[in-house]
Order: sequence, then C-alpha cells, then structure tokens
Amino acid sequence: MSPMVRRALTLGLFGGIAGIHVSLVGIVNTFQTRDLIADIVTIGSVIPMLIAIMVGWLAGRAPRHAAELAAPTALGAGAVAGAVTGTILALLAILVDSVSLTWILVNARPQLATILQFEQGPVVGSVLLIAGGAALGAAGAVLHILPGAIARSIAMAGIITIIVALMEPFIGAVLRNVELRAIEGFLYDSGGLTLPGFILVFALIGAGVYGWATRGDRARARVEAMPPDRRRAAKIAVYLATIGILLILPQIVGQRLSEVIGTVGIYVLLGLGLNIVVGFAGLLDLGYVAFFAVGAYTTAILTSPASPVFTPELPFWGALPFVILAAALIGLAVGAPVLRLRGDYLAIVTLGFGEIAREIFKSAWAQPVTGGAQGILSIPEPIPFSRDPQSIYYPILFFCILAAIAATTLASSRVGRAWNAMREDESVAEATGVNTIKYKLLAFGLGAAFGCLGGAFFGAKIGVVFPDSFNILVSINALALIILGGMGNIAGVVLGAFVLVGLPELLREFAEYRLLIYGVVLVVMMLLRPEGLLPSRSRRAELHEVKDEDDDDMYADEVGEETGRPVVTA
Amino acid sequence: MTEATTREAGSVQVADAILQADKVTMRFGGLVANRDVDFTIPRGAIVSLIGPNGAGKTTFFNQLTGMLEPTSGEITFEGKSLVGRTPHEIVEVGIGRTFQNIRLFGAMTVLANVMVGRHVRMKSSWWGSLLRLPAVRAEEAETKRKAQELLELVGLPRRYEEDWAKNLPYGDQRRLELARALASEPKLLLLDEPTAGMNPGETAQMTELIKHLRDELDLTVLLIEHDMKVVMGISERITVLDHGELLAEGRPEEIRANPAVIEAYLGKQAASE
Amino acid sequence: MPGRRIRLNFVNLFLWLLGGGLLAFAAYGSFLTLIEGRIQPNQWQNLIVAGVALGSVYALIALGYTLVYGILFMINFAHGEVFMWGAFTAFFAATALNDAGMMASNPVLAFFLVLATSMLVSMVVAIMLERIAYRPLRGAPRLVPLITAIGASLFLQYTARGFYGSGVRAYPDYTIFDGTISLGFLSLSVKQAVVILAAVGLMVGLYLFINRTRTGRAMRAVSEDKDVAAMMGINVDRIIVTTFAIGGLLAGAAGILYTLIFNQVLFFMGFLPGIKAFTAAVLGGIGNVIGAALGGLILGVVEQLGPNLFLSGYGVPSPNQLKDVIAFSVLVLVLIFRPSGLLGRKENT
Repeated sequence: MSPMVRRALTLGLFGGIAGIHVSLVGIVNTFQTRDLIADIVTIGSVIPMLIAIMVGWLAGRAPRHAAELAAPTALGAGAVAGAVTGTILALLAILVDSVSLTWILVNARPQLATILQFEQGPVVGSVLLIAGGAALGAAGAVLHILPGAIARSIAMAGIITIIVALMEPFIGAVLRNVELRAIEGFLYDSGGLTLPGFILVFALIGAGVYGWATRGDRARARVEAMPPDRRRAAKIAVYLATIGILLILPQIVGQRLSEVIGTVGIYVLLGLGLNIVVGFAGLLDLGYVAFFAVGAYTTAILTSPASPVFTPELPFWGALPFVILAAALIGLAVGAPVLRLRGDYLAIVTLGFGEIAREIFKSAWAQPVTGGAQGILSIPEPIPFSRDPQSIYYPILFFCILAAIAATTLASSRVGRAWNAMREDESVAEATGVNTIKYKLLAFGLGAAFGCLGGAFFGAKIGVVFPDSFNILVSINALALIILGGMGNIAGVVLGAFVLVGLPELLREFAEYRLLIYGVVLVVMMLLRPEGLLPSRSRRAELHEVKDEDDDDMYADEVGEETGRPVVTA
Repeated sequence: MTEATTREAGSVQVADAILQADKVTMRFGGLVANRDVDFTIPRGAIVSLIGPNGAGKTTFFNQLTGMLEPTSGEITFEGKSLVGRTPHEIVEVGIGRTFQNIRLFGAMTVLANVMVGRHVRMKSSWWGSLLRLPAVRAEEAETKRKAQELLELVGLPRRYEEDWAKNLPYGDQRRLELARALASEPKLLLLDEPTAGMNPGETAQMTELIKHLRDELDLTVLLIEHDMKVVMGISERITVLDHGELLAEGRPEEIRANPAVIEAYLGKQAASE
Repeated sequence: MPGRRIRLNFVNLFLWLLGGGLLAFAAYGSFLTLIEGRIQPNQWQNLIVAGVALGSVYALIALGYTLVYGILFMINFAHGEVFMWGAFTAFFAATALNDAGMMASNPVLAFFLVLATSMLVSMVVAIMLERIAYRPLRGAPRLVPLITAIGASLFLQYTARGFYGSGVRAYPDYTIFDGTISLGFLSLSVKQAVVILAAVGLMVGLYLFINRTRTGRAMRAVSEDKDVAAMMGINVDRIIVTTFAIGGLLAGAAGILYTLIFNQVLFFMGFLPGIKAFTAAVLGGIGNVIGAALGGLILGVVEQLGPNLFLSGYGVPSPNQLKDVIAFSVLVLVLIFRPSGLLGRKENT
C-alpha cells in the first residue's frame, strides 16, 4: 500500500505544479473569458479540474508489470492524488490573494484566486478545491474500473466536447455560413455550448466512439475482405470525395475561415517541403524560413511595382519560374556548407542561416533591393483583380496537391529508398552505393522549392513582405507540425498544419500561448510518441527500435564512425 | 576447385589479379595501422585475411571500401585505382561489402534493403521518378524481381519480404546483408566476419552459401574471419597481418605450417593467459 | 582524416570558392577601411574591449554547451534559456535589494546576492531540464533529444514570458561599477573590467575543477567512455547531472554579466546569445573546454570589430546591423575549413 500512496502523492504534487504553471502563465485567466457551458462553467476553471482528473487517472493506473488495481485502491489513490493537487492550488490561491506578487508574476492577480476558488471566497473555495480535487481524482480513477470501451468513450467524449466548445468561432461561423442558424442557436450561446448542446454533443460523440470501439473491427474486416478491385474503387471514391470537399470548402466556411485555410495551405506546402528534408532525408533543417523568405522576396521584387529594383514588373505566374530557380540556388547555398555535418550540428548551422537571411533582408545595406525594414508593398494578386481569400485558396490547394503527389511519388521510388537508407545510417548507405552528397543536395533543393513556393504565395496572399515575418518561428512552426502529424507522412502534415497553424489563427486565446503549446507538443511527442500522430510505417519501426534494443555494439568497430561528433563522410 | 587454386599462387604477382594493393600504409597520427602491405587477390578465388586482434584487418578493409584513404600506397581494382574514390564510387566499380556487426536498414523492409543495394545499377533520375516515366516503372519492377531472386538465392523465404529487417532472426540478417551486397552486382565481395556470432550449424551453412555464391555468380571473395575452421575450410589463399604488417601469404596448408604465424597466434594466447 | 588527399569535386570547389570569397571580401573591406582611416584609434580600442567583454559572456555560455556535448554528444539547445532564466529571475532579486536600499549601503554584497540568485536559478533549471526532458531519451536516435531540446527551449521561453511578462525590464544600476579604469594606453569601463575578471575567474575555477578534483576526473572519464567509467564504479547519472549543474551555474553567472553590459532582461534574450555561444563552442572545437573559452573571445571580438572593419570600407550603411551575419559567417568559414574547430581533436573530423 505504501508505494501506492507515495505514487499518488507524487502525482498529486506534479499535478499541483502543472496547475501552478498554467495558472501563472495566464492560461487560466485567459480562458476565463470563454464558456464551456454558457453561464455555468468557464473553460478557465475547467483546466484545473482536468488536471485533477488526469492525475487521478494516472494514480489509479496499475503500476508497470502489475495486475489491475482493486477498485477501492484505485479510487483511493485517485482521490488522494486529486486532493493533493487541489490542496496545492488552494494554497496558491490563498498566496496570490494575500501577497502582492504581480510585480514578479504578472498573472498572480487576485482574479486568479477568485477563479481558482470558484468565486466562493478563501474558506469555502479552498474546501471546494480540495474536496473537488479528490472527487475529480477519483472520477479519473473510475476510468480504470469501467470496461475499456466505455471508459474510452467517456474520455474521448469529454475531450472532444471541450474542443467543440473551444471551436465555437469556427463551427459557429460555418453553421451561419451554410444557413444552419437553428443548429448554431441550439448548440452555442455567448461563445460556449448551451447546456442541452453540451449534453447532446457529449452523448453523440460518446455513442460514436463506443460504437467504433465495439464494432469498428468488424467494419474494418469487411473493408479488408472486399475483392481488390472493389477496394480500389472504394479508395478512388474516397479520394474523389476528399477532392470534392476541398473544392467547395471556401464556399462552406466563408470569407474569414477561407483566409485561415489559405494560411494553413501555405504551411502544408512548407510542411511537405520540410518533410522531404527532415522526414525523408533525416536532415534537421532549422533554417527552413530562409527558403520561405527567398520565395517571398523573389516574388515581391519581380512583381511589385513598389519594389526598388527590377522595373518591368512580371505578373505573379511569370515570376514563379524564377522563384523555382531562386529555390534551387538557395537550396544549394544552404545545402553545400552543411553537407559534411551530421544531425545536431546541421540543425544549429541551418538555424544560423535562417537568421542570416532575415538580417540581410532587413539591413540598410540590402535596402536598395529588399526595401530594408520597410519591406516591399503591393505585390499583385495571383488571380487577376482579386485578393479574395476564397479564390486565392485554389492556387494554393493546387500546389499543395501537386506537392503531396510529388512527395508520395518520390517516397516510393529509388530516390525515396536512398533517402530512407541515408536517414537510417548514412555511412552504410554510402557503402551500399548511395551517393549521399547528391541525395542530400537533392533533398535540400526540393525542400527549398516547396518552401519558396510557399513563400511566393505568402507574399501574394497578404500583398506585402516584411523582413520580420521571416523569423525563426516559421521554421519552428513547420517543424512542430510535421512532428505532431508524423514525420514522413503526408496526411500527418495536413493534420499537423490544421492543429498547429489553423487553431491558433482561429482562437485568439490560443494564439497567446501558441509557442508554449508548441514547446509542450514537441517535448511530449518525443517522450511518448516520437513517430507522430499519423506516422509512416517505417518511421514507427525506426523510432521504436531504441526502446527494446541495445544498439551500443552498432558503434563498435568502424573507424571514426558514429562517434557522435561531427564526422566527415566524403 | 576453380582455376585460381590450380595456378601457382605462392608469389605476390598473380597473372589474373582482380585487386592489387601496393605498399599500402595507413597512419592515425603516431599510430601505424597498416605498414607497406602488399596484397593480391586472384580473380575467382576465395581469400581470407586473418590476424590477431588489432592487426589492422578492419583498417585495411576500410581502405578497400573507400571509408578510409591510405596515407600512402596504391590500390587497384581491375586496373583502376581505388585511392580517392568515395565508398559509393567503389560500389559502382564492382566491390560489395558486409559489416562485422550487421548493419541493415532496420526500419526498412527486407525487400527494400535489397533494392537499396541495387541503387547503383539503376538509372532512374529523380525527375524521372517524379514523373513516373514508363522506363522508371519498368526498372522499378525489374529491380523488385531481381531483389526477390537474390533473397531466394541466399535462402530467405518469400514471406519475410515485407518484414522489418531488424525483426529477422540473427542468421537471416546475415543472409539479408549478403543479398544487399550482392544486389549491386559486385565482382569482388568483401565479407567482414560473416560467421561471427553463429552456432556451428549456421556457420557451416554460411560457409556453403559463400562457396555456392562464388560459383553461381562468378565472384571473387575476400573475407576477414576469426574462426580458423571456417578459414581453413573455405579459403584458397590466406593472408596474415600482424601489427599492421604482412606476416605471411599462401595456401591454407602453408599458413598452417608457417612458424611466424604460429608464433603470432600462440604469443597472443600466451599473453592472454 | 589524416592523409586524405584533397579531392577536387564540385562540392569542395563550391565550398572553397565560397570560403575564399568571404575571406577575400573581408580582407579587401578591411584594407579599404584601413586606408581610408574610417576608424579612429580610440574606437578600435573601445571595440576590442567591448568585444572581449561580450566574448567572455559567450565563453561562459559556450562552456555549458561544450561540457554537455563532451559527455552526452548532444546539443543542449535550451541552454540559452537556462541563461535567460537566471538573469530574468535575478532581476527581481536585484529590484528587491535596490528597493531595500542595499544596493547603496552594501553594493558588493548586493551584487553577489544577485549573482548567486542567478546562478542558483540557472542551475535548477538546467538540472530539471536534464531530469525531465533529456534523461528519458538517452540512447534514442540523435534527432529525438535535439527536437526535445527545441521544445524545452520554447517551453522555457514562453513560460518566462507568461510568468514575468513580455516587456523589457531594466536592471537597477550598480553605481559602484560606474566609471572607467585606465591602464596605460588601455582604458575600459569598470563594468567591462568586472565582466572580464569574473569570467576569467570562473573559467580558471572550472579548469581547476575538471583537472584537480575527483568529480572533475570522473567527468573526464565519463566523456571518454561511459560504459568503462560505469564499470570503474563511477555513477554516470550523477556525473551527467553535475555537468548540467555546472553548465547552469556558468550560464547563470553569464546572465548577470550580460545584464552588466546591456542592463536589461527580456524573455527572448537567451536565443541569440545561445546560438552565438554554440557557434563559439564549435569555433573552439566542441567538447574542448579551453576551445570554448577561446571561441567565445574570438567571436565576441569579431562581432564587435567585424562590421566596422570588414564592411564600412565598402560604404555599407549602418554596418552594425549585420554583426550577427558576420558572427554566423565565421561559423560557416570554420565549418568549411576546419570542421573540428580550432582546438578540436583532429581524429574526430
């Protein structure tokens, strides 16, 4: 029993620290403005509750290599852990309320205490926090006691319902746009779900997940049992349906969301390009923004009447070939100096390149060409006379599809195999006959092409380029989205772009904590699921080999290889 | 028995040498790993390179495969100098290799591993692959077929094709590595301890396989091996390195009787006791 | 590789042209600057002194990179954030001491308290980083810990932003460090002198620690071969934590010295010094402690002097905007001509 108690206490402590963190960085305060259930619960106050549930769930879990816990033990452990978390938060609330800390911690305002204490004052609030924490912790532990399918349905339903509430600006806008105001009115009220809406969404999703959990296998089996030609036909039907939806998407979602989707599309292009460099070839390029910037600036200089040089202005499409040319050059320029470097070295050096690009574009020295800090204005539209986000969506979509096809085709070809081999073991790939120098340059070149295209559309979409749009965060964005989605996988890139780029664009509250969330995503993904949400097959195999294999002897005998230092290969 | 063994093979000069090393020296700072090594491989032979630990065998191997470049000396393969070529260029001229501690592409399928091995013999360009030109598709199908043949040749069952290479049993990983090396259609195959870590049964099978492959594919084979039974059973010529220098060269029975070799091995044994 | 003959292929040719071009550009620019006499003698001296002071800060941060790299062969990408956390947190200690009047009544003690706060905070952050983010990933493919480090870096940066706010905060002034010292032809501000002396003191201390103490010897053993060290009875985990702790302490000290020079803190302040210090570590030869110190100094001086020396001769307007470009160009040149760094072990290239 004693180790169980200790574990519960430790988890409760971690929960408390997590609670303090989200409180003090301001997440609780920020999300206080958003309702989960209109006029009943705000998302801000749900966050500490979620932590308590989570902690309870972890505490009620059977220790590794042990049998499931008995129900009372699990419940008790969950309650203890939740209560500890609640206690810590209660102490935080009292501290924040009684001592003025705002000169250090800008979010330690009395308002925070009020939220944490459910607006009930210090005494009742603290009791509520501790008792509530225990109850929620126990509730988290209950998930282990319930049958698996039911527990999973409840958990999923809870998470998705919160997302549906958060997505009110998006879903609401879509519903209004397609004239389903009645549904919108039923579901949402003042930025959150209505109580009936909440119950309905929760029930629907719970039932859906339950149905899939209990009958999903049968459905999958039926698909797999289909004769090959039928399966092929079904596959084509799915593709066509997807393309059909993509084609009418701007009409469904309306102006403002089309704008967001355009941005997502640009990041899909970037992600696909970076995916070639990082996901296929295994070269961690942190200066990907350099390609993006070169694409945008090339377009701006060639097409904008406001650009300081090159006066016979080209139309957008006339400039594209030059953008590709510029991409090839910048790909070589970035690729060549880092060819002989391995892994982590390459990452930092390319990071340096990204910064160099921005600073050069920004400098007074380059002003006669790039406009310096003022940037370049009035880039013409790719579609004549229209900067309407609903129409600029189409060329972006076109290039995204093109890029996706190109990436899939290459991945399954001689080139893709060579990249794959190179990523797994560079020196063996070389010894097997792969010209690693050539394939690295090719990866950089193609990655640069996609990145530059993305940049060209970025410039054309907003009509201006400023040097400060091209900072390290673009690279981090692109990297985070392919890691979340799953390196080496195209569907993963699209998913990653929607979650990491689309969501923050839509939700002001997220935008504030976007990079904090990216940080957490990167660390958590690497610790728990390094292959991403939608991994490619080989990536999964590669990243899971480490855990069960001792690969020390891999490094044994070859002279000068794999010593973990920058090693010259050619 | 092939032609090479019937020829008088005692001298360094061999009429039909596929590979010739001339005074190869390799220094790492103050350490001399190979000193003036002269070495010849007759075409079609199975040659072993032996010597106590630290004798410079792997270093020598790495110079043949382009992973290291000799400090001085010359290595020629069918009249072409290998010095200054990168490893992939050396694969291209016709030398394939395996590694002492198997180094497969673990997260690629068995079939894909062999197909990577064929990389140098394929002609598809990247833009051809991008456009999926008919010639590219034909070549891809051909490569797949060849790879399957090779898997069969080394004795890997078809059902393994789509498995991760790293999930194969140890002995089969050795076979797969062999198939990958053969996929580049080498004329000379370098095997670095091909039977290391195998039990006597597997070792015998591997020995047979190597002989069989040599006959089937007209190969020349150079192997580094510690297991004297394997060496004596398979080799037509043996070269002994000690302290980075050539100690002896000759037929197995000559090496077995060579007092210098016996001393090098026994001396080492005595020291270790 | 020793004995490797230089092969003239396309890539090498391109690199040599690029490197040669950069060097020639810098040399001709310097020539123009010098014959036109664009820099006054006292400007030279100021730039060099400022460069040495800044370089000492880079060197202290670079030591953290190099120590960790020497032992784990990983780049602790979040090290710049370790530096920032120390400096930012110590800002509040400094403000509190200032408000309490201690900065005026007992300035030396106040300075050491602030320094101690910064070093302590940085050390704690570094240790937590190792424990939470890196240790579970030891032995994973090399990109995995690096991506984790990037994530940790973002997390630390934006946690600081959330906790302490997004604005720039100005450190209270240490009035004791006002004024200048004149050493014959050389004159430098007291602050610069303090920065340089403190950095030198810490580096000497580190050198002695590594070479003279049991723990230092254990660190060297672990960096040679973890498995052998473990067999010899060295607790490898503890040595790794110690290494992170020492890197953190040095980064915390660097943070305070940095605020002496620039007088302000910001959640983003760790980013650029972080990559520059990494550059310094590579320049000196990563894994090499003396190399990191040397690399830091060289980078600091090049960054201060470079724009004026190399660029102003060409009539480049406001050349100081390009100082980071010059710093990174140094990195590129090093990687082209001497990838193992100035003092890097040759056999590793």
